[in-house]
Amino acid sequence: MASHAIVGAEENYLEVKGRHSGIFAWIFSTDHKRIGILYLISISVFFLAAITIGIFMRLEQLTMGPTLMQPHTYNQLFTLHGVIMIFLFIIPGIMATFGNFILPIHIGAKDVAFPRLNLLSWWLYLAGAVLALFAILSKNGMADTGWTFYVPYSVRTGTNVVLAVMAAFVLGFSSILTGLNFITTVHQMRAPGMTWFRMSLFVWGLYATGWIQVLATPVVGITLLLVMLERVFHIGVFDPGMGGDPILYQHLFWIYSHPAVYLMVLPGMGVVSEIIPTFARRTIFGYKLIAYSSLAIALVGSLVWGHHMFVSGQSYTASVVFSLLTFFVAIPTAIKVFNWVATLYKGSIVLEVPMLYALAFLFHFMIGGFTGLMLGTLSVDVHLHDTYFVVGHFHYTMFGGTGFALFGALYYWLPKMSGKMFKKKLAVAAFILQIIGFNMMYFTMMIIGYQGMPRRYFDHLPKFHTGHVVITVGSWILVTGLLMMIGNVVWAVFKGERVGNNPWGGTTLEWQISSPPPPENFDEIPEIDHGPYDHNVEVSK
Amino acid sequence: MSNHSHAIVAHKHPSDFVGAKIGMWLFLFTEVLLFGGLFILYGVYRTKYPQEFHTAAVELNTFIGAINTLFLLTSSLTVVLAIESLQRGKRKLSITFLIITILFGIGFMINKYFEWSAKIHHGIYPGSPELLKHSGGEIVFFNLYYTMTGLHGLHVLVGMVILSFMLYFIARKPVRTEHISFEALENIRGKSRLSVIADNGNELGVVSDIDDKVEFIDVRLTYEPVPEKTDPRNLIKLENSGLYWHLIDIIWIFLFPLFYLIT
Repeated sequence: MASHAIVGAEENYLEVKGRHSGIFAWIFSTDHKRIGILYLISISVFFLAAITIGIFMRLEQLTMGPTLMQPHTYNQLFTLHGVIMIFLFIIPGIMATFGNFILPIHIGAKDVAFPRLNLLSWWLYLAGAVLALFAILSKNGMADTGWTFYVPYSVRTGTNVVLAVMAAFVLGFSSILTGLNFITTVHQMRAPGMTWFRMSLFVWGLYATGWIQVLATPVVGITLLLVMLERVFHIGVFDPGMGGDPILYQHLFWIYSHPAVYLMVLPGMGVVSEIIPTFARRTIFGYKLIAYSSLAIALVGSLVWGHHMFVSGQSYTASVVFSLLTFFVAIPTAIKVFNWVATLYKGSIVLEVPMLYALAFLFHFMIGGFTGLMLGTLSVDVHLHDTYFVVGHFHYTMFGGTGFALFGALYYWLPKMSGKMFKKKLAVAAFILQIIGFNMMYFTMMIIGYQGMPRRYFDHLPKFHTGHVVITVGSWILVTGLLMMIGNVVWAVFKGERVGNNPWGGTTLEWQISSPPPPENFDEIPEIDHGPYDHNVEVSK
Repeated sequence: MSNHSHAIVAHKHPSDFVGAKIGMWLFLFTEVLLFGGLFILYGVYRTKYPQEFHTAAVELNTFIGAINTLFLLTSSLTVVLAIESLQRGKRKLSITFLIITILFGIGFMINKYFEWSAKIHHGIYPGSPELLKHSGGEIVFFNLYYTMTGLHGLHVLVGMVILSFMLYFIARKPVRTEHISFEALENIRGKSRLSVIADNGNELGVVSDIDDKVEFIDVRLTYEPVPEKTDPRNLIKLENSGLYWHLIDIIWIFLFPLFYLIT
């Protein structure tokens, strides 16, 4: 395997000249690192778009009655917010950005298994985004169904559901190709000596995620296709007037979309498993259990979709089984949390910025997880279903969990990706604002949700007014923190101070190559003879 | 500034074939699950409306269905023969079998066309007033029939396009360019000549004077269609296309009894 390729000492992947120049050197590049950066820029743009929409929704809720917008516009906005955040931001989120950049390096490979397919995934992602844009600009406007596109409303509404659903379909295809690529990469491209249990836990997380993407996404693909067929050709397999059953739509939808939430969080858990051992300066506790628990979450998480449908009229027996299985998912999740905490115990903890985010992940994810158990309990769910409590719950897991893990990953790997360091004090200030704003928003949502505030309403009753004001003010604080963070990162990329190859003292392979990495990652494919988090091994500074 | 040289050499396996196979199988999983969603719907509705499904299925033409089954099964055989032929270096035979496979596909589609147009002629198509007069279960049956055989037909079309591309790849003069880049050249720089030697020891070509100015060398490899010297990349592509074709076949093998034979 060891080639004698000698890479120009100073040249890195940002400078290397290929066949194309200018922007084409990026959008036609098959280098996994450049594709990772392409994804990072794309998801950042869509993230900003979706938080802008979120801000407008919160502004509408600052007062009672229609002030900024009419109910119909509000319905379109929350649909758009959901579609962008789910399909364009969080599903490609960590997987396609940092996964693309780090995965081949972590297993000691020069690239992913199918580099051109990797580029195709990004182009499909872009095509999906353009379709969503067309849906917004079309005469009938963006769908107003919520991101779940439930029938029968999604078939009857006058808005442009077909394009929105088509966008989701294409994005799903992009996501499948990434998953397929990563699974094959992990199987085929590992360096000599890189056994399964010497892989980093980030790679384990991505591997489990890849399987969910490959196995679950096609089901939602066909479901969304059926909605399209029903609208265009009147093939009403979910229409009771034609003998169909709308509940079946919900089943098929959640068969994918519930595993999808684990697909969103598993890479985030992988990131936390990287950050914690680095900044606790000790090897991870319970490596194998964390690795297996990723697979267990992927497996059990595929069998719990019915807990979205406790009040849909599905059979009571099914509800009980789904409720029980939902509790089972908590076991592998808790295994991870206990192992992270045990890693911190007696570690030499360094509170650098990525570590702050990892700890915030733990805090938020615990709240998100426990409220998830409440919602998985049959009787409680009847009371809480479709309230702000649910909205608060999934924002705690998706935003407070995965989102914060993504921000942590961004700070953690920014010095590797760009060779530059961000302003640490500014980053801490932004972090504090984010924490305050985030908890003001979503904890309050859970309180008023528990009191009965229904989700997806553009207006509220006077008794929820104080809560809504707190949430909206929280959204301003949160957005200030987010903008400071994005500004800090952009500043660092262009003006930041140059740092060495291993500013955090990490032990995994990416810290042993130069920053930014050379075009082919390794001058010589490394031979691996120890696990990923061994702080006793000499690491080049 | 660069120096090109052309030589003919025997091939070495250039890339990771196991990886390509894994990728293809993963893709087939996604296809199975795509249809899986529809088969679940079929299963649920069939349990709900056993009598209506029975009545509706009578109206489908079992004979055309059986012919189509025969077509697809035989085409699965011919695609395997095409792969085997290519493996043994019989390029022309492989091309013949591929053409036969594609013809079977076309035959399938023609049959499907007549079958569908007969139904549509009788007023049975999604959303038609005639169909809506039927009971709920029968409407679901025909809606599922059009969705599932339609999606399957789409896959047959895609499969035929893929096989046509393979036909072009195999029929094309098999040439590949081996790129020896700057880094690899460092080791032989300054030596007077680089000779390219085939498996049997014959010297096939010589590159001389590799001085500092040479940035890369392109060696064009031409494969002769004899057993040991087929372009291996075509073989793996053809095997993967064959897998896709078998998948289409297998899905039909389930569709045929579920829609035509359950009466």
